[in-house]
Amino acid sequence: MTLAARTARARGARDAGTEPSRRRPDLGWLGLAPFSVYVVLFLLLPAALAVGSGFFTRDGAFTLANLAAFGNPIVLKDFLDSFWLSAVTAVLGAVFGATICYALLRARPDGLLRSVVDAGSSVLAQFGGVMLAFAWIATIGSQGLVTVLVAQLTGIESLGGLGGPSLYTVAGLIPVYLYFQVPLMVLSFMPAMEGLRQAWAEAAATLGATRATYWRRIAMPILAPAFFGCAILLFANAFSSFATAAALIDQGGIVPLRIFSSLSSETVLGADNLAGVLALGMVVVMVVLMAAYGLLQRRAARWQR
Amino acid sequence: MSAGVEDVRASGTSEESTTPLRAVGRPEAVARRALGRTPRVGAAPSRATSTIVLVLAGVFFLVPIAAMVEFSLRQGRTGSYTLQHYAAVLDPAQEYAYDGLFQGTLNSLAICAITVLIVLLVLLPTMILVELRYPALRRALEFVCILPITIPTVVIGVGFLPVYSVIARLVGSDAWSLAFAIGIIVLPYAYRPIAVNLQGLDVAMLSEAARSLGAGWGTVMVRVLVPNLRRGILASCFITIAVVLGEFTIATFLSRTTFQTALVLIQHTDPYVAVIFALLALVFGFVLLLVIGRLGAVRRRA
Amino acid sequence: MAIESPAQPPRSLVSEGAAVELVDVVKEYGGHRALAGVSLTMRPGEFVALLGPSGCGKTTVLRSLAGLERIDGGRIRIDGADVTAVPVNKRDIGMVFQSYSLFPHLTAVQNVQFGLEMRRVDAASRARRAREALEMVGLGSLGARYAHELSGGQQQRVALARALVTRPRVLLLDEPLSALDAKVRVQLREEIRRIQIELGITTLFVTHDQEEALAVADRVAVMHAGAIEQVGAPEELYSTPATPFVADFVGLSNRVEGEVRAGRVLVHGAELPLLREEVQDGPVIAFVRPEDVLFADSGVPATVVSSSFLGSVRRTLVRLPDDTLLSVQHETSRRPAAGERVHVRFGGRAVSVSPRPARG
Repeated sequence: MTLAARTARARGARDAGTEPSRRRPDLGWLGLAPFSVYVVLFLLLPAALAVGSGFFTRDGAFTLANLAAFGNPIVLKDFLDSFWLSAVTAVLGAVFGATICYALLRARPDGLLRSVVDAGSSVLAQFGGVMLAFAWIATIGSQGLVTVLVAQLTGIESLGGLGGPSLYTVAGLIPVYLYFQVPLMVLSFMPAMEGLRQAWAEAAATLGATRATYWRRIAMPILAPAFFGCAILLFANAFSSFATAAALIDQGGIVPLRIFSSLSSETVLGADNLAGVLALGMVVVMVVLMAAYGLLQRRAARWQR
Repeated sequence: MSAGVEDVRASGTSEESTTPLRAVGRPEAVARRALGRTPRVGAAPSRATSTIVLVLAGVFFLVPIAAMVEFSLRQGRTGSYTLQHYAAVLDPAQEYAYDGLFQGTLNSLAICAITVLIVLLVLLPTMILVELRYPALRRALEFVCILPITIPTVVIGVGFLPVYSVIARLVGSDAWSLAFAIGIIVLPYAYRPIAVNLQGLDVAMLSEAARSLGAGWGTVMVRVLVPNLRRGILASCFITIAVVLGEFTIATFLSRTTFQTALVLIQHTDPYVAVIFALLALVFGFVLLLVIGRLGAVRRRA
Repeated sequence: MAIESPAQPPRSLVSEGAAVELVDVVKEYGGHRALAGVSLTMRPGEFVALLGPSGCGKTTVLRSLAGLERIDGGRIRIDGADVTAVPVNKRDIGMVFQSYSLFPHLTAVQNVQFGLEMRRVDAASRARRAREALEMVGLGSLGARYAHELSGGQQQRVALARALVTRPRVLLLDEPLSALDAKVRVQLREEIRRIQIELGITTLFVTHDQEEALAVADRVAVMHAGAIEQVGAPEELYSTPATPFVADFVGLSNRVEGEVRAGRVLVHGAELPLLREEVQDGPVIAFVRPEDVLFADSGVPATVVSSSFLGSVRRTLVRLPDDTLLSVQHETSRRPAAGERVHVRFGGRAVSVSPRPARG
């Protein structure tokens, strides 16, 4: 049907309607209003306020002086800690997560094992925050199950650098973060892994490739964009994560915690609205990450038709 | 081209005649080996590799859960086990001690209800409307709905402070008003299942068919579209509930009492009860998501 | 479609062709017998089509020959040597898959070169041979394209070049045309046949499309329920089907109820010879080709239901008084109208029959 015909028919149908049809110009766009208003008020406005507040003094005058906070050694240290925590957990999470995806290729996609893994990953990756922190306190906290067991077996009171009180430091966040990073990798990388077509493997084999050659020359290059894309996603996820760290660490340490603690005091580290300034910094980092992610995803999507 | 062929004939003999891949077993040897082998072609690992990886991963992920269970059964530092912490939760005499937790849970449930309503009454109609009448806006809608993932929650949290100081003046500072903010956090999760469901339907065709049979728009929505979208809608609602129950950041920034903030508070006074509730919440979320997954699996098989 | 007139196949790819022998091949999937003792011999340079409905086991035969499927019994020989236990990557066969088998991260020419790299051919000869193979399939100028930049037909041409460039002993085609448009399908199948003849490579072609099989193959093997029902030249299958299944599956047949008596079959008052006379007397279904039913001035009265124009001929569906529907093939000069009263008679060519329970 041509568009003209369709429009004509739609108009005909409308005119024939039982409604008093005089007053029925296209009001469909009004239906978009509630959602638009909601998104503007509760997403765009807060985001703009958060980032914008960094450019104002406490008295409401515009200033760029607050940006000097990025030169403050404490702020710099926060960003640095955030970066390396995110980087380490992104790399480890990506490698472990991809390995689990690889192992899951044997499971039936609609089987029970996959459903359990998917649901478990979803819980840990997206909704666990505080509860994951509790889980790790119960595991390698000073009275944790593993800490106690290790102490009983070896006589070592505190587990190397990880157990006991060091759980409450930035380095101690690594295993806890992996607890949601690995599942996030499983969730986001599995579709790419499943996108590997059997025909590629079989074609490679008939052409003389061994399994190792197939992985090195075919599967890995095909998966590479998705893998790095997901690793970036993991980095971004760790970088903006707040709940887990907040449940473990009381003060400072990483950027999201510093944002929260600077909310309660008017002037911190010599800058007004430090929270806004740090929020701006985070948004800049996220924009860069998401641009890179989008680029890699487009590349991966092109191959996975 | 003829020159090319000449060239091939001149240089070809040595290289083309070698085919190092040709391998032929002796018939007797073959008879013994042949029938037991499975050629493994494809990306999937061997059963052994798969099992080892999954067991190791299972240990890493289940040990902390087991540790929570073990911890919740401990009797102080005596080393013996007891159910007293579970009993305490149900003991009316101790109700006051867990007042905050119960209040937080109730608040979270109220927020759940309102957030689900936002998904059903604001997001869902918009998605259907865009699909039906404004397909050109589909990409824009997707972008907006995914956006909250890319903006860190702490950043939006900072921005919510001034917004909520206005809201507090309008409707008071009860916890339920958090639903508006959390609805935004939920958007990406709620959007996806419905979008996937919509993709699998030809909504325009369905509604044209219904309209040609005489149905009005309301009937099309209620009798045709919603029944066809019920899996996506159900998944969206479940995931919304899970996200709301796990939400901590917004509630902390706006200092409202919800399930998660209450958990953190009570953890300082009664860590056992905190762990018990955390466990229950994790299991509850797991079951919700498992149901979503099985819904999807059934659909894929059908 | 950017396909140049294809070049002569390079001499380097011409082979003497290998003989292929499948002896009593058995394959089971969890108790279900997918192949129940399949035997097939292919002469060097022969083009054999394996034809059958989906699920009949034809693809399993091809994959067993390729080494992608382990067999549970029987032997497979190529050029007299037993390859039953030789793994797929050492079997030296070329295979073209249904679709989307090109490596998506490599260009067309890199795809074609892949098999040569596996055989450690040096870079210069690799480039030359890949170019020649692409020219052979008419894609000489598209070597730098990626799979997603090629049409479905072009992708299958690249896949063909990739399968042939290593000079394999056998070429296996697994429904390579099924994902293509009708027009491209015909064009490409003729080109595959041309290249196959020029190269002299032994080829096994799996398809469910009988027209395709009859059009290109030297011999067609018809499979049904895990076994080969008949192997023969296309004409042979069409005119003397060995089993009712072949009669029904190959070509178009009217199924007409009849009665066998003393070596002849009675259908609607006509007496037709039987293809095989060792049929017991009794009720049967007779398979009558549309070209063996004719319009006549007298005979069985019938009513025209519909008529379709097929280019060189016309096929008309008529209804007999007992409600049997018959397809009649005739010249285009006659244009029957729906509802028209006509008479039909049977041409008298021998037909194949299968027994049916008597009408109760």
